[in-house]
Amino acid sequence: MTRLSTKGHRWLGLGAALLASMPLWAAPYYMQLASSALIAAMFALSLQLLTGGAGLVSLAHAGFFGLGAYTVYLLGGGSSVFVSVPAAMLLSGVAATAIGRLALRTRGFYFLMTTLAFGQMLFFLFHDTSLGGGADGVFIARPGLIWAVTKSARPTVFLLLNLATLSLMYFSLWKLMGTMFGQALAGIRVNEDRMRAMGHDVQGLKLAAFIVSGALAGLAGHMAALTDAFVSPELLGWHRSAEALLMILLGGLGALHGPILGAFALTLARELGQSITERQRLVEGVVILAAVLLLRRGLAGWRQ
Amino acid sequence: MRRRAVPAVLEARGLSRRFGGLVAVADMTFTLRPKLAHAVIGPNGAGKSTLIDLLSGALRPDEGTIHLNGEDVTALPDWRRARAGIGRSFQRANLFSTLTAYENVRLAAQSTTPGWRLIGAVCDDAGTWDLALSALEQTGLEAVAEHPAGSLSHGQRRLLEIAVVLAALPDVLLFDEPLAGLGPEETAPVVKLLRKLASTHTMLLVEHDMDVVFAIAGQVTVMVDGRMLESGTPDAIRASAAVRDAYLGHRS
Repeated sequence: MTRLSTKGHRWLGLGAALLASMPLWAAPYYMQLASSALIAAMFALSLQLLTGGAGLVSLAHAGFFGLGAYTVYLLGGGSSVFVSVPAAMLLSGVAATAIGRLALRTRGFYFLMTTLAFGQMLFFLFHDTSLGGGADGVFIARPGLIWAVTKSARPTVFLLLNLATLSLMYFSLWKLMGTMFGQALAGIRVNEDRMRAMGHDVQGLKLAAFIVSGALAGLAGHMAALTDAFVSPELLGWHRSAEALLMILLGGLGALHGPILGAFALTLARELGQSITERQRLVEGVVILAAVLLLRRGLAGWRQ
Repeated sequence: MRRRAVPAVLEARGLSRRFGGLVAVADMTFTLRPKLAHAVIGPNGAGKSTLIDLLSGALRPDEGTIHLNGEDVTALPDWRRARAGIGRSFQRANLFSTLTAYENVRLAAQSTTPGWRLIGAVCDDAGTWDLALSALEQTGLEAVAEHPAGSLSHGQRRLLEIAVVLAALPDVLLFDEPLAGLGPEETAPVVKLLRKLASTHTMLLVEHDMDVVFAIAGQVTVMVDGRMLESGTPDAIRASAAVRDAYLGHRS
């Protein structure tokens, strides 16, 4: 496989159309559910640039997601999304630059452990200090959109906004994968040492991917804060990073849209599990096991 | 300013490298001159591959300097040396086995594109395409351009290994046993290619096959236990009693 597969665009388009039509037929509860799946998809997709793209497995990613979310809190009430979105991406990007520079000196298992350590440092920064309003989380004032959104219109507006953001993110990453940069990342994933011998600045390329990926995670976190009007240190915890990796694995490591499928599958499995039993984690586990055992390439590769 | 008749493309002075107590390369001094193939021969463990690692930057020398086109490149890491013009091949095929032959050479070709331009340029941009295609043509691999490297025959993989080096347009070619593991039939096209490259490029060739070495090289250096035993024209090396005793004699 050359670059991340982009087969199945037609199905993605259909899925997007279905989501966009939800305001016509779905109850607000289901639109909110779709919104949280879309945010999970953004988060996992941002990580896919690193994992599926360059072969880097990071556990610091939730830290960047959480930073993006907390940017909204740190800016205080009354800012506009035109300020809060760039600010979230900038803050996460800066943090990714600092952490990436250090963590990318290691490889393999040590990289995993280093990112875990940095991710947890970010978590405790918000959990144990008063910087982020405390360990239990805080309700926040949403940044202002162009127009005032009434309470009853929120599920519709946020659903469409999250759908548009995910679509834009996917399209940008798809374009990025077709550039020399995307090809170079694929080369690093397959044979890092040969890339270096060929004259590629492997460290620089990895760092660039880490920063872009972190900034996009920050955007996803910002959308979570905007949608839920609530942030908590939980958002930065390492298990969130692991969950995103799980979504990538479930959806397909070799396909750019794999994490989107994985995020929706996991959200749906969780919801269905909750409606049949109190032990929904068990249902989740069975779904993941089945997918990993039966679909070698994840949901994205089920027809191959 | 006076110029020497034939300026060196690559110049190594007093190169040494130890691994713990083992001296892998000791005080190697030599030059590579333009359009001349310089072969390095010697028994297994003589330090030939370590020498290539030192020149390419995969390993740092404990002592000594390396100059490329008159500039000191000793402190540069491997990827910067590759960009400066030192291209190397590997003894064991070191390719991107899941990528096609074309994509392998394209990755090498795009390594010449600087930093941020990578994000702007599509991967099949004209310059990269030309470099990649030319490397495949020189090695006669056009027909298998779309085949994954992992599915190629051993001989084709050896040729691709060379194509990947050529695609980045290096000034100096360092070939580490390009014929390793090839049968007699597969050897012929690689030897033909090496002979052609020897007339157009500056080359350092580490090779075990003496017939090939004497057919291609304009200068031969014999290494034993990390040291230079003798260096000279193929005829001089063939006639050298010391070389016969230490190395060539083992064969007959």
